[in-house]
Amino acid sequence: MRALERTYHGAPAAAGPLLFLKGTRRAALGEWVVIRTPGEPDRRGQVIDVGEAATVVQVLEETIGLAPRRADVTLTGEVAQVVVGRDLLGRALNGMGQPIDGLPPPFGEALRPIVGAPMNPVRRIPPSDFIETGISAIDGMNTLVRGQKLPVFSGPGLPGLELAGRIVEGARAPRGEPFAVIFVGLGITAREAHAFLDRFEKSGAIERSVLYLNETRDPAIERLLAPRIALAQAEFLAFEAGIHVLVVIADIAHYCEALREIANAREEIPGRRGYPGYMYTDLASIYERAGILEGRAGSVTQIPILTMPDDDITHPVPDLTGYITEGQIVLSRELHRRGVFPPVDVLPSLSRLMNAGIGEGRTFAEHREWANQLYASYTQGRDARLMAAIVGEAGLQPADRRALAFAQRFEDEFVNQGAERRTLEATAAIGWALLDALPREDLVRITEATWLRREAARARPVDPAAPAAPVAVPAPAGG
Amino acid sequence: MTCAEVVRVVGALAEARPLPGAALYELVRVGERGLLGEVVRVTGDVATIQVYEDTTGLRLGEPVEATGRPLMIELGPGLLGAVIDGVGRPLASIAGAMGDFIAPGARAPTLDPSRRWSFEPHLAVGARVAAGDVLGVVQETPGVAHHVLVPPGCAGVLAEVRAGALTVAEPCALLEDGTALRLAHAWPVRTPRPSARRIPPGRPFVTGQRVLDLLFPVAEGGSVAVPGGFGTGKTIVEQSLAKYADADVVVYIGCGERGNEMAEVLAEFPRLVDPRTGRSIMERTVLVVNTSNMPVAAREASLYVGVTIAEFYRDMGYRVALMADSTSRWAEALREVGSRLQEMPGEEGYPTYLGNRLGKLFERAGRVEALGAPRRTGALTIVSAISPPGGDLSEPVTQAALRVAGALWALDPALAHQRHFPAIDWETSYSLYDEATAPWFAAEVAADWAEVRRELMTLLQQERELREIASLVGPDALQDRERLLLECARALRELVLAQSAFDPNDASSSPAKTYRLARLGRDMYREGAEALRRGVPYERLELGAARRALAAARDAADPGTGAVAATVAGAGAAPAAVGASAGGNGARAAERPTGKGVPHAGA
Ligand SMILES: Nc1ncnc2c1ncn2[C@@H]1O[C@H](COP(=O)(O)OP(=O)(O)O)[C@@H](O)[C@H]1O
Ligand SMILES: [Mg+2]
Repeated sequence: MRALERTYHGAPAAAGPLLFLKGTRRAALGEWVVIRTPGEPDRRGQVIDVGEAATVVQVLEETIGLAPRRADVTLTGEVAQVVVGRDLLGRALNGMGQPIDGLPPPFGEALRPIVGAPMNPVRRIPPSDFIETGISAIDGMNTLVRGQKLPVFSGPGLPGLELAGRIVEGARAPRGEPFAVIFVGLGITAREAHAFLDRFEKSGAIERSVLYLNETRDPAIERLLAPRIALAQAEFLAFEAGIHVLVVIADIAHYCEALREIANAREEIPGRRGYPGYMYTDLASIYERAGILEGRAGSVTQIPILTMPDDDITHPVPDLTGYITEGQIVLSRELHRRGVFPPVDVLPSLSRLMNAGIGEGRTFAEHREWANQLYASYTQGRDARLMAAIVGEAGLQPADRRALAFAQRFEDEFVNQGAERRTLEATAAIGWALLDALPREDLVRITEATWLRREAARARPVDPAAPAAPVAVPAPAGG
Repeated sequence: MTCAEVVRVVGALAEARPLPGAALYELVRVGERGLLGEVVRVTGDVATIQVYEDTTGLRLGEPVEATGRPLMIELGPGLLGAVIDGVGRPLASIAGAMGDFIAPGARAPTLDPSRRWSFEPHLAVGARVAAGDVLGVVQETPGVAHHVLVPPGCAGVLAEVRAGALTVAEPCALLEDGTALRLAHAWPVRTPRPSARRIPPGRPFVTGQRVLDLLFPVAEGGSVAVPGGFGTGKTIVEQSLAKYADADVVVYIGCGERGNEMAEVLAEFPRLVDPRTGRSIMERTVLVVNTSNMPVAAREASLYVGVTIAEFYRDMGYRVALMADSTSRWAEALREVGSRLQEMPGEEGYPTYLGNRLGKLFERAGRVEALGAPRRTGALTIVSAISPPGGDLSEPVTQAALRVAGALWALDPALAHQRHFPAIDWETSYSLYDEATAPWFAAEVAADWAEVRRELMTLLQQERELREIASLVGPDALQDRERLLLECARALRELVLAQSAFDPNDASSSPAKTYRLARLGRDMYREGAEALRRGVPYERLELGAARRALAAARDAADPGTGAVAATVAGAGAAPAAVGASAGGNGARAAERPTGKGVPHAGA
């Protein structure tokens, strides 16, 4: 497509991250642009507005020192593309996809447009394959499945990134299929970037990972491209190389700030809290790039991490995210203060795809009622805790007192797991142990059949085949 | 054809020149790939176009072609079971042409042009016909007879009538003046389809959700706003209604929402059987899909496309339900285009005409006598999910919807966090149709329906007041009567109002079952209060037994009506139990009795 390349000498104007051109015959929306000024490294940009009067280029690098009159601006005739391939595994790259690990640029297997086309919904397969993360609050209460997008809503100083790291290290694919991790750091500090790299190297996860690191000091605008570059790679691995890919993006709040910054530079009408009105659509173009396609072996699963400013879940960043993603894992400052790790507040947390991923043949047969009961008892306990704060524990009804004790143990023993990685069996057993402390009348969500089965099993505690100890049952034929 | 060309592209908007004769809302083809767009502004010889497809790669100088007509949708047999995008193109055809990922520029007719339908005329040569008359019938799906109507604006004497296998494009009749009538006709989506007259609402739109049918019933032909923050259960409400509500035809619009949700619907619906017809519910469903990552402008169009299809089946005499998830995404598309047009923004950046447009959309709901002969009554009920930012119902889209909707089903995040679903907030929700629908419930379900409903509402209200007191003084300080009330209200909430969409036996509840549970809950309180009055101490009341009885009634097989869909093992398999006669007929459907006692085909 070189024939379409056109170079213009000198641009009439520049402002902030924008460069303005005139008389650009046949300029295309989204066209990739290279800007050369003598004595400075090349800059790249993208056409965001084409017009007879003016064509606007969004410059993707720092524009300090950019003199428009002296710039040679080349419209490449192509949309932004990026190198993708299996040889990127094990590499650390910057937000633009260039190596930062001292090795030569990857050769790649293909060039792909950065802006992915939407998956046709009729070609999607509804996700339902359980992923064991090793975290009880997730595996048991907010189950993650392949092809899902499940963000972590963190707060300033809360261990959102730490939790993501644990998931990456601990995640097990159900049947040992090929598995890869893509980590996208957006505006993260050098310390965080190092900690993550270190962790990946120590655990050996780096071999099956690609890291895209845009640090705080890198240009904000790169943050808009980095997740898309990473997702182009994820889609290639998943849908062309048949690999199950887990994409972790941190921190989406920094992404949104970059989006706001650039929208303001473009003098667009700001929406809620200054974020652009199209932020929902923009975020959807990232988050919706998760899923499974019919007839293709791999999958893309996303775990975006975001910091809720002021712990406010109604802030546009978590709010719009929650409207697009398939649930959210919400961290609690109070649990964190008490030393609970991971400090997951299970009540506002949700996995919308949990129901498809659990039950007989997927996790364990009684998973639904077990989780419902844990939720119900914990909710009652949290209510009782509020009431006890006013009227004192002695003023509570006996059932509320029991629920209060349950809630405490639930947080300390179930949610809290420190550095341990728990199998699903262990998670289920801890849950049952907490429920066993309650009398039958409190267990309104547990069916009679399940109750009787567990009673029988308790009578014969040594029988390893008893159904009371829930085991992940192998998938039934055709299931 | 005009030789106009692209002179500007920004976002979903393009400008073309010269198009001096362009009309507002005229459909245009933009660029070499022929992207679909609509003219939204004309200034001199420049037309501004909202483009329904991805504009990336569109160049200055590419040709633009005006079509001389507005955005239309082809209406005819083959819509049922279809999955189309926001401008009416079947997604399967787009996949066939473009592969797994959607690329712009696909041309795909809404209705399969090669498929033949067996047309059975009801009128003979020489008959004088007018708009809306039923020319004849095509069995569109085994459960739904498709009435071929004389299109609005068309009248004359039949000169020729053709029976037998016809495509949608072939004439099925000719008028004396030579006008050809076909199985399908096109209709501009932004223009409401005419009807003879509106009829006041009466019969309820039976949803199968106890909290809705019992406390906040909506009438057929009514409209409901369902606002709620993310995760409060809007989509599950919409999907549950699409599956189980008592409707002949369901149009489901996934507007700016998740791709996986649509995939789930596509995987699940074909496996659910409508006991009234014994057929998959997919055969009564039309899906309009424009997910959040598909082009924004088409979101705006998708609601009009969906409501036009719904009106079309209403005109055949069917009871149609339109599920819109979510209308907020439609409003946001308006806002996005409006702001690119540099229009003066109103509240929260929405254009000032938001309320007006939304009102017109909701007003397309209604119960009507259709145009033409034979006489038919049809209804179009609109259930519109709304996604308020931060869950705050004071925002403009919710408020605009409340000005026109007849009912509010407000979803409460606190209930959702407690996993109380459907998380309908019984304090803020309301229905203006409760009185209009009460006679039907009294006649068809139970004479004291309204009374039980009122008592339960009072119970819930008193519970709230008591809980406030209890949280201050401690539950131990309460009187026995008050403790009883709290316990009964709790049972009512947990066992009657809550309904798990994942419980195959309880995902839908017939009015008879709803009544039975409501009545049991009411009696639990009445009898307990009576016992206390007789001097029985609170501790000796058999509340545990009453609770168990309620749970058992909930878990028992539903005595049922025709409104319950049941899962069968495989797609297309015959249902185990079917009560209603197969083959819906519009005229019959309008007065079909309910409460037919269809047993549940086991999950
Ligand atoms: N009736 C219900 N029964 C059981 N779970 C429900 C029900 N309604 C909602 N939920 C739960 O809440 C989650 C969110 O519901 P959804 O309808 O997707 O919310 P929204 O569309 O408002 O974001 C679901 O994934 C499900 O887990
Ligand atoms: Mg939803």
